[in-house]
Amino acid sequence: MPAPSAVRGTPFHERTGPLCQAGNWRRWAGHLSASSYEPTHEHEYQAIRSAAALIDVSPLHKYRLSGPGAATLANRIVTRDVDRQEIGQVYYTPWCDAAGKVRDDGTLHRLGASDFRLTSAEPTLKWLHENARGLDVEIEEETEQVAALALQGPRSRELLERITDGDVAGLPYFRVMSARIAGIAAEISRTGYTGDLGYEIWVGAADAIPLWDALTAAGAPFGLAPAGMLALDMARLEAGLLLVDVDFVPAHRAIIEDRKSSPYELGLGWTVSLEASNFVGRAALRAERARPPAWRFRGIVLDWESLEAAYAAVGLPPQLPGTTLRDSVPLYAGGRQVGYATSRGWSPTLKTYLGLAHLEAESAAVGTELEIEVTVEHRRRRGRATVAKTPFFDPERKRATP
Amino acid sequence: MSATNAYDAIIVGGGHNGLINAAYLARAGLRTVVLERRHLVGGAAVTEEIFPGFKYSVASYVVSLLRPEIIRDLRLARHGLEILPLESTITPLPNGDYLGRWADHDQTRRDLYRHSPKDAEAYDDFATLMYRLAWAVKPLLGIVPPDPLSPGLRDLKTLLMLGRHARGLDEQQFHALFKLGTMSAADYLDEWFESDPLKATMSASGIIGTFLGPRSPGTAYVLLHHYMGEIDGVFRAWGFARGGNGMVSESIASSARSHGAEIRTGATVERVLTANGRATGVVLDDGEELTAKTVVSGVDPKRTFLGLLDPEELPEDLVEAIRRFRIRGSSGKVNLSLSEAPEFSCLPGEGPHLRGAFSISPSTDYLERAYDDAKYGGFSRRPYMDIVIPSMIDPGMAPPGRHVMSIFVQYAAFDIEGGWDDAKREAFGDAVVDTLSEYVPNLRDSILHRQVLTPLDMQEQLGLTEGNIFHGELTPQQLFFFRPSPAWADYRTPVRGFYQCGSGTHPGGGVCGASGRLAALEILRDLRRRRRGRP
Ligand SMILES: Cc1cc2nc3c(=O)[nH]c(=O)nc-3n(C[C@H](O)[C@H](O)[C@H](O)COP(=O)(O)OP(=O)(O)OC[C@H]3O[C@@H](n4cnc5c(N)ncnc54)[C@H](O)[C@@H]3O)c2cc1C
Repeated sequence: MPAPSAVRGTPFHERTGPLCQAGNWRRWAGHLSASSYEPTHEHEYQAIRSAAALIDVSPLHKYRLSGPGAATLANRIVTRDVDRQEIGQVYYTPWCDAAGKVRDDGTLHRLGASDFRLTSAEPTLKWLHENARGLDVEIEEETEQVAALALQGPRSRELLERITDGDVAGLPYFRVMSARIAGIAAEISRTGYTGDLGYEIWVGAADAIPLWDALTAAGAPFGLAPAGMLALDMARLEAGLLLVDVDFVPAHRAIIEDRKSSPYELGLGWTVSLEASNFVGRAALRAERARPPAWRFRGIVLDWESLEAAYAAVGLPPQLPGTTLRDSVPLYAGGRQVGYATSRGWSPTLKTYLGLAHLEAESAAVGTELEIEVTVEHRRRRGRATVAKTPFFDPERKRATP
Repeated sequence: MSATNAYDAIIVGGGHNGLINAAYLARAGLRTVVLERRHLVGGAAVTEEIFPGFKYSVASYVVSLLRPEIIRDLRLARHGLEILPLESTITPLPNGDYLGRWADHDQTRRDLYRHSPKDAEAYDDFATLMYRLAWAVKPLLGIVPPDPLSPGLRDLKTLLMLGRHARGLDEQQFHALFKLGTMSAADYLDEWFESDPLKATMSASGIIGTFLGPRSPGTAYVLLHHYMGEIDGVFRAWGFARGGNGMVSESIASSARSHGAEIRTGATVERVLTANGRATGVVLDDGEELTAKTVVSGVDPKRTFLGLLDPEELPEDLVEAIRRFRIRGSSGKVNLSLSEAPEFSCLPGEGPHLRGAFSISPSTDYLERAYDDAKYGGFSRRPYMDIVIPSMIDPGMAPPGRHVMSIFVQYAAFDIEGGWDDAKREAFGDAVVDTLSEYVPNLRDSILHRQVLTPLDMQEQLGLTEGNIFHGELTPQQLFFFRPSPAWADYRTPVRGFYQCGSGTHPGGGVCGASGRLAALEILRDLRRRRRGRP
């Protein structure tokens, strides 16, 4: 038996491989994932925001829960109330450990009364089994069996309509349906990680290549472009969406307590349904809700003038990041560190320097003036920043049904 | 006259500069109205759907130096401005090859290396030098030109600031700066490069909007503009406006309205009204009068001083200077609707190159010859062209699968022999299509619609005197404290309360907006002073 390879291509690799002119690959859960296809990623980002983009998200972990106990299992895991989830509805949701700290986040698709698909960033099979004790439920990992493509951008609907028999126009935000795309059986969900109009398409791995070909052929008149992770990272920052391992550490991977966060501390309080059946971590979260959380997760906007001044002091124009920065930098208020920004980047669409930040609750009110550490020519300086609401970018088309 | 026609400020002309001016004044609380002659605002920055489904950036087609501070101050992103990247420039060559400059450094280097290994290296050295110089000179874009002969305190401060900014330059850099101000683009580039298509394509930026050839002195300076754009690079103020260049104007108009400004289209200003050397309002061509203590002209200097005012009201030397101001149009524009993507024989098939620009500038001689054709009252038989296909990056500009092509053309004389007529316009359009067809074999058969603009059309339709795209050439003798005339380069005029804010003022030309903004800041400064009781 040869040693396993560290990385492998996704079911789309036969197509994405030759397209990746940049040779710019990264790893995503053991798979090759293009950082950018073209030598620079700017056009890929613009395709997401002004035309349509195709993003291979196959490396997501995917699980199918079915059988009489499926709903109960889902309800035990996620913080949202699955009893109220309609068939064809998708939940974005975190899930927690017993202490109410977030392990992971993902989407829960209710495909039938007792049929769910759960997507996650981290492997979750064991966690599902541990919580399925005593339940009549089948848990099937379909990470490798199901290929997934995100089709995102303002023109994505028109494009998809041309090649599917499904009522794409009638599919509301965060709903899923079964349909055929160019004859291929697929689930189409009105979801994505860009904060824009868009869909995610789930097909059997064997249908990956025909799906890719059908979409790219239909997409040409709409400016469809394959987009890599650099472009996606910019879009998700504008949308204020969390990234695991960057914006939070999964509770079960945290070596020290301080690294863990509750949903309330991640700005995900809206996903916690304390009335719901007894999900893992509920007691702890109920107690936490009684007292306000110590930390908040917020947007920040860096002040341009202070940035310009910091650079002008060394004789340079402001240097803006072309990609989303993922290193943590300190934030100050009243001369004291009150938090840290985990994702930062320049939004070409909003023409604003944005960030996502963990802030002590007292310094987290929207509008609070902060200072942020900026390194200019190897020297640490302070720029100004303001606490802001997320999402930064929230176009009507994201939710609109025509 | 009704009280509703009383304003604090009237802006004549709803070009992007007029709109920016209005937005800043309204933001400061002034009751402001913009009066635009046409049925839509934007002037030379408009998008029009002349043929159903096909949107043309009728005149200007890329956003070049739009000031980031304006985008921020007026929150243009929130008002709908999105700028998409314009990443490459391809120069197709008659022998079927091409020279390409791309967004990626290595890709550019490889392409240049094919033509000249030395140039590939020189290109980087050149870029470093130009970036440094652009950084030294760029503050000019944000300041009111001082009066160097009778400097006031603020003028001295400005000069000092500029001096300080340039002080970091070493000898080589300083010399280069001086050369850029005096030499021709072709001569300057000869000092650096050997590849003719490279030099020709780079020098083209220096001839745009001028009635000069690449070998005419004074054309080198505009080379700096490109690198000023680089400095704003990641800010991404250089590229395609999504929805066409009209979206620049629309977003500014939307911002101005959000601050309370009123915008009236179909309102042609006949004259600026004055009393005792002060502006009191304007009268429209239908006789309607509007009053305001502040009147701002966003139209070109010839119209401002020789049209809106009675030259009698102005000092004779100013009138003379404005009469001499070089505003000869030399450019045309052809907009095409295409049934399919153009296929360049040098780079067949669809690809990222179609999202960039194509420059028909195979050699310096080619450009100079194109100029020769126009010098004596004609148009170039084989013109210089700057081509973009906006629907390639912004598919909303055309129906699915179809395309729009924007072709900026030089040269065409404004005062063409015998005058422009329909036949000459079509002949000019044919010269463009014929020349381009040599590089794009499928072009002719894919043309669904064609719009041709001659310099005369630009005057008649867009209101640009003599069809000059920049309200006056961007040559050193017409820049900074010369723009449009010494002593009146600070947006004021001899008529108190009457200001200028169009491209004919510093820094002028292009969809840059600095003139509109700087004029507004000066006006607000005067108003504050007046309130404090100073003259
Ligand atoms: C063909 C062409 C291509 C160009 N390409 C580019 C490009 O790609 N990139 C770039 O940066 N720049 C380009 N330019 C230059 C740029 O478009 C102009 O410099 C700029 O738009 C001028 O703006 P403005 O507001 O100063 O004046 P204008 O846009 O000229 O606005 C003046 C306005 O005043 C109105 N007006 C005139 N007289 C009256 C009156 N009496 N009463 C009421 N209203 C009146 C006019 O209708 C017009 O709307 C191009 C120009 C042209 C013509």
